Amino acid sequence: MALLEVENLKVEFPTRKGVLTAVDNVSFSVEQGEILGVVGESGAGKSMTGAAVIGLLEPPGRIGGGQIRLDGKRIDNLSPDEMRKVRGRHIGAIFQDPLTSLNPLFTVGKQLIETIRTHLPMPAAEARKRAIEWLAEVGIPAPDRRIDQYPHQFSGGMRQRVVIALALCAEPRLIIADEPTTALDVSVQAQIIALLKRVCRERNAAAILVTHDMGVIAETADRVAVMYAGRLAEIGPVARVLQKPSHPYTAGLMGSIPRIGPRPDRLVQIEGSMPRLTDIPKGCAFNPRCPKAIAECHHLRPELRPVADGAAACLLYEGVTQ
Amino acid sequence: MLVFLVRRLLQAVMVMLAVAFIAFLMFRYLGDPVNNIVSQDATQEQREEVRKRLRLDDPLILQYGRFVVNAAQGDFGVSYRNSRPVSALLAERFPATAELVLVAAILSLALGIPLGIYTALKPRGVLSQGLQILSLVGISLPTFVTGILLILVFSVWLGWLPSFGRGDVIDIGWWWTGFLTATGLKALILPSFMLCLFQLTLIMRLVRAEMLEVLRADYIKFARARGLRNRTIHFRHALKNTLIPVVTIFGLQLGGLIAFAIITETVFQWPGMGALFIQAVNFTDVPVMAAYLVMVSLLFVIINTSVDLLYNVIDPRLRTDQTRATGRGA
Ligand SMILES: Nc1ncnc2c1ncn2[C@@H]1O[C@H](COP(=O)(O)OP(=O)(O)O)[C@@H](O)[C@H]1O
Ligand code: SF4
Ligand SMILES: [Mg+2]
Repeated sequence: MALLEVENLKVEFPTRKGVLTAVDNVSFSVEQGEILGVVGESGAGKSMTGAAVIGLLEPPGRIGGGQIRLDGKRIDNLSPDEMRKVRGRHIGAIFQDPLTSLNPLFTVGKQLIETIRTHLPMPAAEARKRAIEWLAEVGIPAPDRRIDQYPHQFSGGMRQRVVIALALCAEPRLIIADEPTTALDVSVQAQIIALLKRVCRERNAAAILVTHDMGVIAETADRVAVMYAGRLAEIGPVARVLQKPSHPYTAGLMGSIPRIGPRPDRLVQIEGSMPRLTDIPKGCAFNPRCPKAIAECHHLRPELRPVADGAAACLLYEGVTQ
Repeated sequence: MLVFLVRRLLQAVMVMLAVAFIAFLMFRYLGDPVNNIVSQDATQEQREEVRKRLRLDDPLILQYGRFVVNAAQGDFGVSYRNSRPVSALLAERFPATAELVLVAAILSLALGIPLGIYTALKPRGVLSQGLQILSLVGISLPTFVTGILLILVFSVWLGWLPSFGRGDVIDIGWWWTGFLTATGLKALILPSFMLCLFQLTLIMRLVRAEMLEVLRADYIKFARARGLRNRTIHFRHALKNTLIPVVTIFGLQLGGLIAFAIITETVFQWPGMGALFIQAVNFTDVPVMAAYLVMVSLLFVIINTSVDLLYNVIDPRLRTDQTRATGRGA
């Protein structure tokens, strides 16, 4: 059984003009210790998917359907306090901006210790010892001194290391990292990703890694999920998807043609832009931009179905002939 | 920290010198002090004689210097009205005002902060919305109107609380306190409530607004992601961050409380410095007015300096003497 199973997840925003569907029928799973990369243009629904999994959708956003299971047990219908106990303890999260993720008025030690003791009952002295170990673990020099310092006394990269320690210190088995390096200096991005990968691997923790950086996906992830307009376009083993994408949108992201040699690091611009939630086209959401679109694409909605060693949502694989 | 302290103290001294100058000018230009001392039918010679004796013919700067030196020793001269030393008058009145302002300040915090938190955490509750509306009333009604309404209801109609005076006070050596008698405490209720009402609503609305703002901050979202309890998130993480603006406003408003005490003391015939000041204005009793001005300014300066120091206690980012950003790039 997979560690995390997401089945037909829907995230909705009720608005005056009707209900917007930010995440539409998304299904995927994450195995124990696996790193799943998630890519897609801004607004594709990556963050909303992560927020739904960890139970932090901000109202009026809500789960409009589907199931989320951790170890086979549903977590999408837990009471707020039961879900709180899952957060941090079973599922951790890391957000974009380390500069604003830490409370400026508390020392990093205090924040670590309160997290540890919330989930793992232990004396304060022992929690402090653990906190120092965690700081050392994420590569903070002189941790026994730095533990009593405030966030503003750390550089951006160092703060993100502290954030990683905070997300992992109650030993969750799944980490949701939503663009954890976007706000950081380019020179430290690779180190943070390498650190994240190392601590996950060492603890056999799984991760959902949302990023714009295809290079990061290629180096870090085991599988990759591609999202478009709130839907899952394709999911599969990272090497194959990057080399030989099944979905025309993925192919577009990779720079049209699979090629040998250096891959483009950044998402390549595809002609046109992703539709807004208010005017997602009928049929396949990608059809106005798709170079391979066929007549059916304008009124039939493709389902995610097995393709090669992964899955893709494209009518070209549904036996619809031109 | 030391540099900061010294700088703040220097600023405070400059402010006090400026205030003293204004107080000093009041002496010079609010009527001729000689007139206030000699009798109506004094001759020109007698007047000159007094002028010389008071050394009012010295250069301005010298007189100012003398005023400052005397004021620094608490000597503001003698009241024109009842010929007693001004310092003695003030010392007599100060406890009444201090106790009134203290109780009002504590009330405004003790009620304003919890109510602000409550209305922020339960923004849609009936009680919250009612409080919001009430606070609008509190902020827009002139305080003397609420004071008179309070007297009407609690003194005239219900007869529960006295409408004027301090009740019985007890001499504890250098201070006459109303805290130790039942009548003294009862007499404090209406005036302190009237005085704190504006501050109370201001603090409640401020805490509410700040709290709502802080609850949207990334570090609160991350605290939730860490699975911290709501109690910890609201009362430790969020509250401490809302306190910085509250301290600022409270510091400013504490000065306001002292100033507004004039109105409260007038409405409730409270024997404090404010009432003394109003009498002094009526009689153009310049030494008392000048002393009041200097006293109140001194309190303002002390409060503002304390607020700045308090920031340093709350916000570690302002503690400039600490080793800063010793972290290298990751
Ligand atoms: N409060 C909201 N009300 C309506 N729509 C929202 C709200 N918040 C986010 N959305 C929409 O949800 C969609 C998905 O957003 P998000 O998951 O943040 O995208 P991504 O992380 O992939 O960039 C976006 O189209 C965004 O406009
Ligand atoms: S379903 Fe049609 S429009 Fe959508 S990706 Fe496939 S070919 Fe393109
Ligand atoms: Mg996002």
